[in-house]
Amino acid sequence: MSAQLAVFFLLAALAVAGAVSLIFARHPIRSALSLIVVMVALAGLYLLLGAEFVAAVQIIVYAGAIMVLFVFVIMLLNAGEEERTNFSRLAKTAGLPLAVALGAFLAAAAAKYAPSSGTGTAAASTKTLSTMLFRDFVFPFELTSFLILIAILGALVLAQREG
Amino acid sequence: MTALFLVGLIKAVVLLLILLTVLAYLSLFERKVIAHIQTRWGPYRVGPHGLLQPLADGLKFLFKEDPTPAAADRFVYFLAPFLALTLALTSVAVIPFGPATIRILGVETRLGVADLNIGLLIIFSVTALGVYGIALAGWSSNSKYSLLGGLRSSAQMISYELALTLSVVGVLLMAGSFSLRDIVNAQSGRTAWGFLPAWTIVAAPFPQIIGFFCYFVAAVAETNRAPFDLPEAESELVAGFHTEYASFKFAMFFMAEYANMITVSCLATIMFFGGWTSPFPATPLWGWTLFLPTVCFAAFGAYLVWDGLRYETALGKTILPALGLALIALGILFAAVPGVNGVVQGPFWFLLKVFAFLFVYVWTRATFPRFRYDQLMSVGWKVLLPMSIVNVVLTSAAILRWSPK
Amino acid sequence: MVATSYYLVLSAILFGLGVVGFVFRRNVITIFMSIELMLNAVNLAFVAFSQALGKLDGQVFVLFVIVVAAAEATVGLGVIILIARQRQSLNVERVNLLKL
Repeated sequence: MSAQLAVFFLLAALAVAGAVSLIFARHPIRSALSLIVVMVALAGLYLLLGAEFVAAVQIIVYAGAIMVLFVFVIMLLNAGEEERTNFSRLAKTAGLPLAVALGAFLAAAAAKYAPSSGTGTAAASTKTLSTMLFRDFVFPFELTSFLILIAILGALVLAQREG
Repeated sequence: MTALFLVGLIKAVVLLLILLTVLAYLSLFERKVIAHIQTRWGPYRVGPHGLLQPLADGLKFLFKEDPTPAAADRFVYFLAPFLALTLALTSVAVIPFGPATIRILGVETRLGVADLNIGLLIIFSVTALGVYGIALAGWSSNSKYSLLGGLRSSAQMISYELALTLSVVGVLLMAGSFSLRDIVNAQSGRTAWGFLPAWTIVAAPFPQIIGFFCYFVAAVAETNRAPFDLPEAESELVAGFHTEYASFKFAMFFMAEYANMITVSCLATIMFFGGWTSPFPATPLWGWTLFLPTVCFAAFGAYLVWDGLRYETALGKTILPALGLALIALGILFAAVPGVNGVVQGPFWFLLKVFAFLFVYVWTRATFPRFRYDQLMSVGWKVLLPMSIVNVVLTSAAILRWSPK
Repeated sequence: MVATSYYLVLSAILFGLGVVGFVFRRNVITIFMSIELMLNAVNLAFVAFSQALGKLDGQVFVLFVIVVAAAEATVGLGVIILIARQRQSLNVERVNLLKL
């Protein structure tokens, strides 16, 4: 087993453990911390795939800003442990096996993928990535800046409505 | 393969030990400097000139009672200081100390634990994750003051993170790489405007003065230091997010704050002041400056010997002259052994500049009054952020006009 | 070199776990975090394909996904805070009327 494969399995196990902890934790703050662990593990996987800039952006923006927003909201709302309600027996008996079946089906379909020979060998440096972003994808780029502006305005409007 | 791994491990362990010692003595340095600015002496009883004070503080932290609040979330309560300290110590790994290569275990390595293509982004990632240490500490202590202090502190940190990252973009445009070694190499080997060293803060085409100002103010706010330390000051909000932390966990927050200070100072020297490059040109006329490390060490050693011989306590009379003689011996070693002087040049200038920045940090703490929280946030969003954006625009325009590539 | 299918299987597993969390949890913030988990799984698939095919379009798209997730989290959490203040509860089963 090469070193790359060992690192991959380590990070994959960390990500899956974080995801399982996310969906089974009682308290929302534990879920938030588990999601941060998942994101850091995924950033490690991006580094393994050679996407260094995307890994750094994942940690700086996703794990370092968006998740901070989640943690703030949990702290502000003083979210406590989730209450247990017995909603539906069908959901409990048939739900989990069906979910496992869905995941297994997706995984089996993904495992059969064999990539065709690569049509390009672009080195994933920041320079090439930014050239592509500002040359081929400049229109979506400007649109996303517009989207962020709309989100800011939306958040401001929502914060002003005090009932 | 294993030799490379071992060499990296040795460098990391040595750097960690040096860093922890420097952290301890930085607290003493801060207390002495603030005291002298306020015309008093600072610690001077525990060891000569208070030199054993950090040891006494460490012992105190180890032996103090360590209560845990009753309804605190135990896992997060224990996690927060570990997270803060670990992240603060990690970012020193990508900092390069000098251009020379040394030989460890038969492997030629550079001074600095790792040199990554995205070194600067790694430091910003670690800074971004450092917000969690404070937010989780404030929340898990289960106390009003901690929660408010933690929320305010983390809101301040994420606000100034934007200005911090944007103020550095000017340097990146002029250096053309995220790697810290490349940034320093882009500032060496030439002069700016004919006679100044080619540091980014004075270099053509656009001297990064606005950038440096934005960076330093944002960094002081980011590390929660005075005058931006309202969330954790002693006279406000009890003690902010570390109210409920005692003994060793408080010491970990304390050390994390100093480690962040050191990281920020190292980054400021690397990006704006040339890192390990000497301020003197490399022409033969200035060849005597190569012996400045020797002269500084020997002079300081001689001063210590002279001061130690006049000291009052017997301990001082033995320790200080011994330290002084050791420093003089070290200085002579630099000059005598030919290879060593070349290796020492880079780290000497680097550490001197970092030390100057740490002094400025402590100086601002002793001099300025605190910002009120709303003033603090309005400065971050309404003044620093637009200023850093303007800096980016002006730098790009200057590069396009005067040195397009 | 790790085969691309390994990354895709991991992405599928994470996506499935995100769906499970989305469907079965009742706390609205945890549901939102399951959505973020699904987005992350998709990002992993994008980057894996980008490396397999040797083109950078996948990584550029990941940047766009991250930006969209940020905008979505901003507005979504604002709405969640308002609803939680109105209803005094973070349980989605309590938000089952069109009238708030």
